[in-house]
Amino acid sequence: MRRYIVGRLLLMIPTLIGVAILTFVIMRAVPGDIVALRYAGSSVPQDIIDQERHILGLDKPMWAQFVDWMTSISHLDLGQSLWTGHSVVDEVQVRMPLSIELAILATLFAVALAIPLGVVAAVKQDTWVDYAIRVFSIGGLAMPSFWIGIMMVLVTLTLWGWAPPVVFTPLFEDPVANLAGLILPAIAVGYRYSAVSMRMTRSTVLEVLREDYVRTARAKGLRETLVVVRHALRNALLPVVTVVSLEFAFLIGGLVVTEQVFNLNGIGKLLVDAVAHRDYPLIQALVLLLAAVFVIVNFVVDMIYVVLDPRIRYA
Amino acid sequence: MLRSRIAPVIALALVLAACTQAAKPPTTTVAPSVAGGEKPVSGGTLTFIVNAEPPSFDGHRETTFALLHPIAPHYSLLYKFDPNDLTKVIPDVAAEQPAVSADKMTVTVKLRQDVKFHDGTGMTSEDIKATYDKIIFPPTGVLSPRAGAYAVVSAVNATDKYTVDFKLKYPSASFLTNLASPWNFIYSAAKLKADIHFYEKNIMGTGPFLYDGNTKGQDWKGKKNPDYFGKDKDGTKLPYLDAYKALIITDANAGVTAIRSKQAMIEFRGFTPSQRDDLSRSLPNDLAIQEAPWICVNYVVPNTTKKPFDDPRVRRALTLAVDRWGGGEALSKTTIVKDVGGLMRPKGPFAESDTDLVKIAGFGKDAKANKDAAKKLLADAGVPNLSFKFLNRNIQTPYEPVAVYLIDQWKQVGITATHDVKETSAYQADLRAGTFEVALDFNCDFLDEPDLQLAKFWSASKAGKGLNFAYYDDTKLDGMIDAQSRETDPAKRVKLVGDIERYAMDEMAYQYPVLWWYRIIPYLSVVRGWKIGSNHYTNQDLTTVWVAKK
Repeated sequence: MRRYIVGRLLLMIPTLIGVAILTFVIMRAVPGDIVALRYAGSSVPQDIIDQERHILGLDKPMWAQFVDWMTSISHLDLGQSLWTGHSVVDEVQVRMPLSIELAILATLFAVALAIPLGVVAAVKQDTWVDYAIRVFSIGGLAMPSFWIGIMMVLVTLTLWGWAPPVVFTPLFEDPVANLAGLILPAIAVGYRYSAVSMRMTRSTVLEVLREDYVRTARAKGLRETLVVVRHALRNALLPVVTVVSLEFAFLIGGLVVTEQVFNLNGIGKLLVDAVAHRDYPLIQALVLLLAAVFVIVNFVVDMIYVVLDPRIRYA
Repeated sequence: MLRSRIAPVIALALVLAACTQAAKPPTTTVAPSVAGGEKPVSGGTLTFIVNAEPPSFDGHRETTFALLHPIAPHYSLLYKFDPNDLTKVIPDVAAEQPAVSADKMTVTVKLRQDVKFHDGTGMTSEDIKATYDKIIFPPTGVLSPRAGAYAVVSAVNATDKYTVDFKLKYPSASFLTNLASPWNFIYSAAKLKADIHFYEKNIMGTGPFLYDGNTKGQDWKGKKNPDYFGKDKDGTKLPYLDAYKALIITDANAGVTAIRSKQAMIEFRGFTPSQRDDLSRSLPNDLAIQEAPWICVNYVVPNTTKKPFDDPRVRRALTLAVDRWGGGEALSKTTIVKDVGGLMRPKGPFAESDTDLVKIAGFGKDAKANKDAAKKLLADAGVPNLSFKFLNRNIQTPYEPVAVYLIDQWKQVGITATHDVKETSAYQADLRAGTFEVALDFNCDFLDEPDLQLAKFWSASKAGKGLNFAYYDDTKLDGMIDAQSRETDPAKRVKLVGDIERYAMDEMAYQYPVLWWYRIIPYLSVVRGWKIGSNHYTNQDLTTVWVAKK
């Protein structure tokens, strides 16, 4: 097991290097650069544009820029944002707590909704309860979370003249203000997220409820709740854990539009701004970071499998 | 069962309620005047929106309003535009209006002697010299995008502790107003000497507000500078505000929400007519609105290096096909364009009268006759069914509606223009590489000044390099632009500018404006002492702004 874990951890390195190379090449293949954008619409002569390109090293050949970047990375230096001139670490550090907290809140909301409802829908298969839950979950899949967000803001604003705070307050500074800022986006995102997990829970629980060991448990005279929770649900959770975990990883950097609707200063918005600005060091660092989150979450999911299903062994 | 039915019904009812509210007709409240007869009240915090993040903190280096709005309150200028009459230039750290020598080759500026930097050091002429040297004669590795605007200056001399001389190469019509450029923050000579890049990441000015921190991508804070030199006409110390907070809100709808929920009081760049109406309906008793023509305009730019746009007949046909008067009326209801004008802002000090303007191709009021003339020109040029890609950037307001309108107008004379929308960076790359056929370009300036508005009209291989995306070289036009720049008699200059318009927009039809932008600022009426101007760059030091107590 230890060997397996070390092997998996080592495998992350070539994966991340691959991501780094791909990101580097793709971004430079896209037309436009930060300097042209910085002076868009203003009467800035070409020699200033050329000077700035030189200062930022954008006039170097691509291979030289790549070597520079890899050298910095090997010194654990992610570089500076070309747009603000501040270190990439600083830029990310400011946004990360918000993104992580929102991802956690949305996941908690989604799981709290998805698992009980998914189980109930499976247990009450083909009854009105099942239909109602399925309609509810289809609603979550059909409506984009940003639209739900806009509607929630519109409704609270129209009825109570209230909208979530447009400035993020850290949790430990003021928990109430923090929650006020994140609760609506967490619900908007969590609803769609719960719909995916709910449907997955329902179908896997349905499958497990037909297994022999569940029949045996019932034959032994166990209470239905125990049968469902202890025997069926635990075995049905493997695919649900996978969906929930990957969705969590996605939420860290994937909530671009929702972040815009609620004016959340998160990683998704930072990444989109960085792409729009052609801020290469920031883009490269963020993509690497998000890739690392996915790789680590994947690894953690594999470890959770072992806990959930003792039959699984990694060698 | 009942609950599961009630929930969606309630949700639907809430949404319908919201929509019903939105359907009410707008009510427009009148903005309180800046002077207004009210006595300003000191105290309070102004919260405003900035819809982009400043890149660096250095005003000399950047060109975006996103820097000026949050950062200008930390700095003073040598001269600035009068907050009560934005057509007038008044002294800021200068003690009086500049003195111009008899040969108009030396401009002498006397400085106030009571100006202190935020670190407590006194401001002297050395600071002004260091500031303007950095702007006009930047050392290697320092970028100064506006250095060209001061090409007339040969030297800046600190003649005594509180006097500065600007030596000019030739008399210049625009130099004095250019001293009020909102970008020319006064920096400390000592700080620049220690590190010429100091101001890219630090704030240390002589302005009315001290830097009070910022969170990247989120907000910027300033607090009252107790040592600020400014006083109002009653002798009350400025600024009135205790503090300000700039909220970075990039999404326009989120900005409207912030004002509607009273989390922000104002956004200084502008909203669309529909956003104004939305706010007006939502806050009928708490909203004031100021509107003004804007020194921003979109240009249609045919690439003259590409066939058939090397033919003036084709370029004239493109401009003739567009009904600007009808377009202004229609588009102003939905987006931020309105007035018809030539190369200078309509109704501005250098604008042509409508009588002269309508004689220029594409500006006449008989849309049908113009379109018929356009068809004939296209036929004469051998391209009756012209088709091309029309490059545009992916910014909704006002680029998309303006481009859609143009495409429709062109269609009516048999031209097929395919809307080629690219994100700003890729769009700029195409403009600068000349890899497009016809583009929608844009220009925004802080001042009605031909030297600024004509910058894109210089020959592309000379002074217009990197600015003139129509890519023509025309020594005659260069001469005309240069002549107006050196003409110090305002009336003669207006005439010279008119000649340039007729030549560049009509005879040669190199590139031409579509519609001039229109600035709309809806804001909470508690904000007082701020007056809209014809640009979103000046009047942002917040010195005279105050917040009324309700």
